[in-house]
Amino acid sequence: MLERARTAYFEELARVGNPSALHKSGRLARSVVEDARERMARALGAHPTELIWTSGGTEADNIALKGLYWARHSADPRRTRIVTTAIEHHAGLDPAHWLEAEHGATAVVLPVDREGRVDIAALRAEVAENFDHIALISVMWANNEVGAIQPIHEIVNIATEHGIPVHADAVQAVGHVPVDFKASGLATMAVSAHKFGGPVGVGALVARRDLTITPLTHGGGQERKIRSGTLNAAGFHAAAVAAEQAVAELADEAERLGALQRDLIRRIGEAIPDARLSGPQPGPERLPGNVHFIFPGCAAEALMFVLDSHGVEASNGSACTAGVAQASHVLMAMGRSERDAASTMRFSLGHTTVPEDIDALMAVLPEAVERARKVAGTFQQEVFG
Amino acid sequence: MKVLAALSGGVDSAVAAARAVDAGHDVVGVHMALSRNRDEFRSGSRGCCSLEDSNDARRAADILGIPYYVWDLSDEFHDTVVKDFLSEYSQGRTPNPCVRCNEHIKFDTLLERADALGFDAVATGHYARIDIRDDGIRELHRAADPAKDQSYVLAVMGPDKLARAMFPLGEIASKSEVRAEAAARGLGVSNKPDSYDICFVADGDTKGFLERALGEAPGDIVDETGAKVGEHSGAYSYTVGQRKGLGIGRPAADGKPRYVTDVRTESNVIVVGPETLLTVYTLTGEDVVWMAPDAPAAEPTRCLAQVRAHGEAIPASVTRTVVDGAERMIVELDQPMRGVAAGQSLVVYDGTRVLGQATVAKRLL
Repeated sequence: MLERARTAYFEELARVGNPSALHKSGRLARSVVEDARERMARALGAHPTELIWTSGGTEADNIALKGLYWARHSADPRRTRIVTTAIEHHAGLDPAHWLEAEHGATAVVLPVDREGRVDIAALRAEVAENFDHIALISVMWANNEVGAIQPIHEIVNIATEHGIPVHADAVQAVGHVPVDFKASGLATMAVSAHKFGGPVGVGALVARRDLTITPLTHGGGQERKIRSGTLNAAGFHAAAVAAEQAVAELADEAERLGALQRDLIRRIGEAIPDARLSGPQPGPERLPGNVHFIFPGCAAEALMFVLDSHGVEASNGSACTAGVAQASHVLMAMGRSERDAASTMRFSLGHTTVPEDIDALMAVLPEAVERARKVAGTFQQEVFG
Repeated sequence: MKVLAALSGGVDSAVAAARAVDAGHDVVGVHMALSRNRDEFRSGSRGCCSLEDSNDARRAADILGIPYYVWDLSDEFHDTVVKDFLSEYSQGRTPNPCVRCNEHIKFDTLLERADALGFDAVATGHYARIDIRDDGIRELHRAADPAKDQSYVLAVMGPDKLARAMFPLGEIASKSEVRAEAAARGLGVSNKPDSYDICFVADGDTKGFLERALGEAPGDIVDETGAKVGEHSGAYSYTVGQRKGLGIGRPAADGKPRYVTDVRTESNVIVVGPETLLTVYTLTGEDVVWMAPDAPAAEPTRCLAQVRAHGEAIPASVTRTVVDGAERMIVELDQPMRGVAAGQSLVVYDGTRVLGQATVAKRLL
């Protein structure tokens, strides 16, 4: 968490008063919420009334997918299709599959290319054939695992022709690449504060004012009646402070991280010649803080274990609720073999990362990969045996 | 030493790991996920397979201040333990899945991984003692608490694996002492109930589990003369020595209860008879593992023989022999045993020391 956001958070935590109350303390707390709303909206290129505070990106994605689906389907029962991609975060993918299982929707999962970019031709074909059956299109702005930035502008253009709303999960993008809601033409967009230096537990759904969204939670009617619940003034305030700083420093920070990213990619390539970068080359199509490699024949679980014991914290795919590492659906969607999908490691660079961290990683990585290769068979015999 | 502590989420493994930490070892905790579709909460008396159990293990590791990982061994568990369980029953034998799990999962897959990652030993919460002789040879002994002793299900691991095993609870006097120690250490699992059911049989209904997995196969129940006395829904779900659940309406000629005396899965027939037919004086063991370096030779050696996890150990003489190129363990019992089923684990002891282990064979030789 950014220091400024942390200080702002602590200060506001001391404040008494429910922002929905009408007395003086309530009014003051409300002014904190609305001030944060204006600042956050400005940082995102949105109008303050377009910002609906949530508990995070997952809730925002759920409101967008379910709320838009229900509203659009109810307005025209022919609209049963939810068009999404194979590389979405589970917060985007699972609501679509849930609507399919429980509410008669059809989830249309678009393929991606080898670098993890959505297949635009497939989207065009789907829209041309089924435009009046599509309730919404949902595509993440940038992928969390391999850093691939999606052609949001192109997608919106294809959809707008037919008046189809597009939702983007922009959790990975805000604060890391330029995000301008108004210019994007999106209908809705999900953001999460902890991804740009704000607190965990705060996020927002940015939603155009002309849209009808069926609420998921009912109660006090806060946030345009779309998201009831007592307003988290301190959290919103800290999130807005973080968003402002992250956006203000974005250009410099992206350049700084991009340099570290290119350095790390080059050094991994030199030290481990058969390692293969996943996702687009560094540049405008890739998040600057993302480095993702396939280390052939190297069990990711073992590599994570060895790196962790050396104080290097890196991730492979995602973990299920029990904490078991699972093969990445993103890598599989990119056409990689199960063997390669089980041999990946992602190194995330952020505002605390310094060149010495890259040196420290490179001091242990080659040997860790060697070791994890030797033990691969004991980890996943069916894959590496 | 670098020690990998297996944490099931129960009180025993948590205290075992704590003792390994106290002993000055560099300990890492690992919870083995043995099923892909795990229930949210623990139910009944199953030991290890819910998400609640993995969270309990995580909390124990937190309190001990050791790293914690979950390893997915569900494929290995299914292939070596569950499949073996079904295959054994389908061949009319009565397997002990805990023995297979110790053999294939804890002291094979887990140990192999630990070894590959540079660990010197695997510590578990089993109740058994390891004595190191002056010449460095390790002996596996019964635990100090005979009521909790688990040397029976560990004997299968053999001497090489024993060299890399650690049982910190071996000397402990009783389970209540383990619970008290857990409470004193602030471990939340100190009051967690004991587990005793087969972990992958969800409701404790082994017969139902077998029928769902193997399908119903109705057939005849016959008496010792071959006369049909009833019907069954699948021969594989019966065990030699079983008396209950036979559903035979007509009483035997002598008016005494009848027991399963043979399970013939190839003809899908269950044979029943009087208790006297269950009596055995000689046991033949196959898939023999000798734990002790002074394993018996061709000459009979005095021992104590045990065929059930908490069953009585009977004085006996054990002999090694080779049949068709494969080693066999022949055990002559001083007093007869009753209703020993093929597939059961046969462990022979010299006092408290494990000599060796074998699987009870279907036929005597």
